[in-house]
Amino acid sequence: MELKFRRNPDYQSLREEMTPEHMFMDRRHILTAAGFLGAGSILGALPACSEPQQTTAKVSAAAGGHPAPGAALKAKKAAYTVADQSTIEDAFRGYCNFYEFGTNKSDPPRYADMMKVSPWEVTVEGETDAPGKYALKDLIDYSKLEERVYRHRCVEAWSMVVPWIGVPMAGVITKLKPKSTAKFVQFETYMNRKEMPGLARPVLRWPYTEGLRLDEAMNELPLFAVGAYGKALAKQNGAPLRTVLPWKYGYKATKSIVKIRFLVDQPATAWNKANANEYGFYSNVNPEAPHPRWSQASERVIGGKGGFNERRNTEIFNGYAKQVAALYAGMDLQVNR
Amino acid sequence: MAGNPYLRAFGKTWMKPLTLIALIAPFAYLAFLWTMMLTNTDPYIMGFNPVQWTHHYLGDTAIRILLVTLAISPIRDITGWQPIALIRRRIGLAAFFYAFLHMLAYLGLDREWSLAKLWEDVVLRTYIMLGMAALVLMIPLAVTSTNGMIRRLGRKTWDRIHWLIFPLAILAIAHNLLMVKAIDGDPTIHAVILAVLLLWRMGRWGMKRFKPAEAAT
Repeated sequence: MELKFRRNPDYQSLREEMTPEHMFMDRRHILTAAGFLGAGSILGALPACSEPQQTTAKVSAAAGGHPAPGAALKAKKAAYTVADQSTIEDAFRGYCNFYEFGTNKSDPPRYADMMKVSPWEVTVEGETDAPGKYALKDLIDYSKLEERVYRHRCVEAWSMVVPWIGVPMAGVITKLKPKSTAKFVQFETYMNRKEMPGLARPVLRWPYTEGLRLDEAMNELPLFAVGAYGKALAKQNGAPLRTVLPWKYGYKATKSIVKIRFLVDQPATAWNKANANEYGFYSNVNPEAPHPRWSQASERVIGGKGGFNERRNTEIFNGYAKQVAALYAGMDLQVNR
Repeated sequence: MAGNPYLRAFGKTWMKPLTLIALIAPFAYLAFLWTMMLTNTDPYIMGFNPVQWTHHYLGDTAIRILLVTLAISPIRDITGWQPIALIRRRIGLAAFFYAFLHMLAYLGLDREWSLAKLWEDVVLRTYIMLGMAALVLMIPLAVTSTNGMIRRLGRKTWDRIHWLIFPLAILAIAHNLLMVKAIDGDPTIHAVILAVLLLWRMGRWGMKRFKPAEAAT
């Protein structure tokens, strides 16, 4: 059952009111883009002003300088794969947790369209020698994208297998020059009450923030993802930029990132603030460490062929112990959850 | 209202069979959805997590029917239409039916039909313990739901046994509330409805006690 507030007609009208703003913004960017692309693109782009609905994707791609959601991406296949078949794309796009749009799995696909993802800037601050605002395309080298197939394990005891497209986090962090005093990195999700109806509910303390120890972030596994299934990320999956941390529960990843902050001390994190008993800082996948209310020993596989979902046994570090176990050497994983 | 001849005829002939159909309908719908999925006609008709969807569907149906059972007495007292009490037992029985299916679906789909694994959950997981307690408390009510049992036990004993519906409803709602990751949505609505139904009874009970005293003065 849907809650009434999510169908608030105010949001519908807001959405309509916002279109002129889009057009206004886009008009400027079309001119900028035209400067780079030459006269041919002026002819191509001008009709867009009279038909904003149809050409929004194309125009905003030019505006932000990065591919719009759904645009095809070229990526080199990396050696990271999973023995099981990838989850069907419809399930990846249709079964999402993105509480800024509502707490039902179907809310993000329904409402995420209201979120503007172009242009997109990421603020880098804190203990860094390269602070500032970065356009997405300056942060992520779209010519060096790679595709990695990772298993994604949600704390709600379900999993998917996703062919992500992105760049290793380590390379980006190196580029952002954290100072030697930086021991942690924090990511913050976009927050805009007009575009994200779920923010009206105090389910979490917004904005959504997550964090990693810097050596975790520098591990080979973490990705800054900009796409999946050969395409730029859909908005409900965290467009245009999200983290992917395959050995941690899904909520440790941050969607639609607008801030990267380097810190001396361990940062507070969204779910830990909401319920410290149940969600720790590390949140590593661990079948031996049950959630206080349910078991983590096994998981339901989402989006298999034929609808019905099987169960599989959950692996320690979600099957990535070889790559990450050393990060936690000597730590009691029952205590440091 | 109670004197309306059409309503009286409805109460006599149609009310019981129609209630039965209404109570079976959610099960028929679930059977239809599973058939559509398993025959690959529409594999994602229940979404991408059909097992969880089924658990929630059966659990929600059981709880909602239980709440309807609890609403019958207030409806009878407010409208004064006595025949509605005749369908109370079959509605309560349906709540038990869906609660039992809910447990069976969990046992089969998530616990490989292993009672040992189910017991492990009952001991370890508070919400499963609460849900199971509610289901177990429903058993004596279901067993004694026939006319013959009312006669054999006597109305007073029967009423005393069936008073269990109040604690078991509270257990069921607590089980429901503990399942969510954040306080939001249906379980909260269920809890509010139960609270209203219980408060109404407490209020009436208080008024009954108060009235004789008033008459005495």
